[in-house]
Amino acid sequence: MTVEAREARQPYLLLSPAMVAVTLLLLVPLAFIVVYSFWLRTATGADQAGFFLDNWREALSDAFYRDILLNTLKIAGITTLVCAVMGYPAAYVIARSRGNKAVLLLLLMLPFWISYIIRTMSWINILGASGAINSALIWVGITDEPIQMLYNEASVVLGLVHFLLPFMILNIYVSLDGIDTTLEDAACSLGATRWRTFLEVTLPLSLPGLAAGGLLAFVLGAGTYITPIVLGGPTDAMFANLVFEAIITQLNWPLGSALSLMLLAVLGALVLLYNHFLGMGQLMKGLG
Amino acid sequence: MGWHLLRGWTVLVYLFMFLPIMVVVLLSFNASQFGSFPMTGVSFRWFVELAENEAILRAFRTSIVLGLLTSVISTTIGVLASLALVRYNVPARNAISTLLIAPILVPEVVLAVALLLFLNALSVNKSFALLLAGHVIFTLPFVILVVQARLVGIRRDVEEAAMSLGASPIQTFFQVTLPLLAPAVFAGMLFAFTISFDDITGTLFWKPGGVETVPTQIFAMLRNSISPEINALGTVMIFLTAGLPLAGIAIARRLALKRGG
Repeated sequence: MTVEAREARQPYLLLSPAMVAVTLLLLVPLAFIVVYSFWLRTATGADQAGFFLDNWREALSDAFYRDILLNTLKIAGITTLVCAVMGYPAAYVIARSRGNKAVLLLLLMLPFWISYIIRTMSWINILGASGAINSALIWVGITDEPIQMLYNEASVVLGLVHFLLPFMILNIYVSLDGIDTTLEDAACSLGATRWRTFLEVTLPLSLPGLAAGGLLAFVLGAGTYITPIVLGGPTDAMFANLVFEAIITQLNWPLGSALSLMLLAVLGALVLLYNHFLGMGQLMKGLG
Repeated sequence: MGWHLLRGWTVLVYLFMFLPIMVVVLLSFNASQFGSFPMTGVSFRWFVELAENEAILRAFRTSIVLGLLTSVISTTIGVLASLALVRYNVPARNAISTLLIAPILVPEVVLAVALLLFLNALSVNKSFALLLAGHVIFTLPFVILVVQARLVGIRRDVEEAAMSLGASPIQTFFQVTLPLLAPAVFAGMLFAFTISFDDITGTLFWKPGGVETVPTQIFAMLRNSISPEINALGTVMIFLTAGLPLAGIAIARRLALKRGG
């Protein structure tokens, strides 16, 4: 073999273990559950291979599944919006601060190192019946009975915002930090007020980061399984809880496959839309 | 004026992120037998109980073994792929990159279901092997992103210089490339370990009955109401996953300052 031929083959050799892993552990399994979703769970408990539309009919027409899907998207939407409103000013301050930028960035990375389940359950200490807020209220004498603040939709959103806010801030920061500040100076020197400079120069240039953070927050929020169980009430189940219920509790794998694919279709459509307009580059910048 | 408002807002946002975590640490030293306010005194009893809890110790061992194996496998595969993507002009580079980060773009529940059902059809039941396969595919994209970002800085001419001075490709790899790669490899391993150690959603689908990792153990304990023991476990985890790396960074910085001065 010539040196050139060996050189040309090398990248493929290097790539092959990763490609094989992604193919065997992601692509083929996804294709497999597409097939599986058309199988049928029989009364005996065995799955019958074939082409049955029953699971899809149930998943798509049952109002129960539809309502929970819509509710899941609503919770993810509110979470994303709250993250953007809370996170944008913070990202701006980090990007424009001089002295303590490194410290602020390091602190921003810290939540990524702290376990998600601990960050989620930490809110029970704050909002619970004998948590910080209720203890303070009773001590001050505003109330005698603890106020019920946990186990509702608001506490689920709160937990999700706490989990996803660092992703949002980091993504906005990355795009704000990449803006050439001389552009802002130019706008100012041409007579624009600071507010107008922000609206017409800074904000538009930071939109890719905002969009990347928004996509991550929405997709991770809508796919969440733990938060509604730990911080939500019995009626706050989200779509991932339905999938778990079907697969692990009821062992109805064909139906669980159809439900998983429904969630994948909705969230995958968002990712594709994002990719079409903005490309994956920004997202990778924020993740790396 | 506007800047002060923004800074005030940022302080509040940071408090929002860290106050609940600080309360976990505070309450873990609570002497009261309920894991809640008011604090009745400072005590280490919950840490002692933790150290005597066989289930929790077992969960720690499982998590650490799983995390180490995941990080070694995932980083090996990931470093090779990153080398190809950064160093060579691969055709369809963008398509390949997107494919390799696809496991992040698929919701974790869906990934968990697909892998569980497919491997089950191949008669790999819920087991440690399934758990490991899941953690590898889930951490791989993160490793590739982190390693790629660090590899860009390593210049190719250094290797070419070694080869032109007579080193074989294998010698060059071990004596030139690998030492230069070490920080990237280390970052990838650390990242993969942290993600694996923290993973819960996929783990709940893949783990065999009776096997618990630290996060699933905490999750199971939460079902009974929050106990001071959970806060103590939380404090240990925070110390291990955030406190130690922070201390490491601080020490590295001090050493660098000393050397500089």
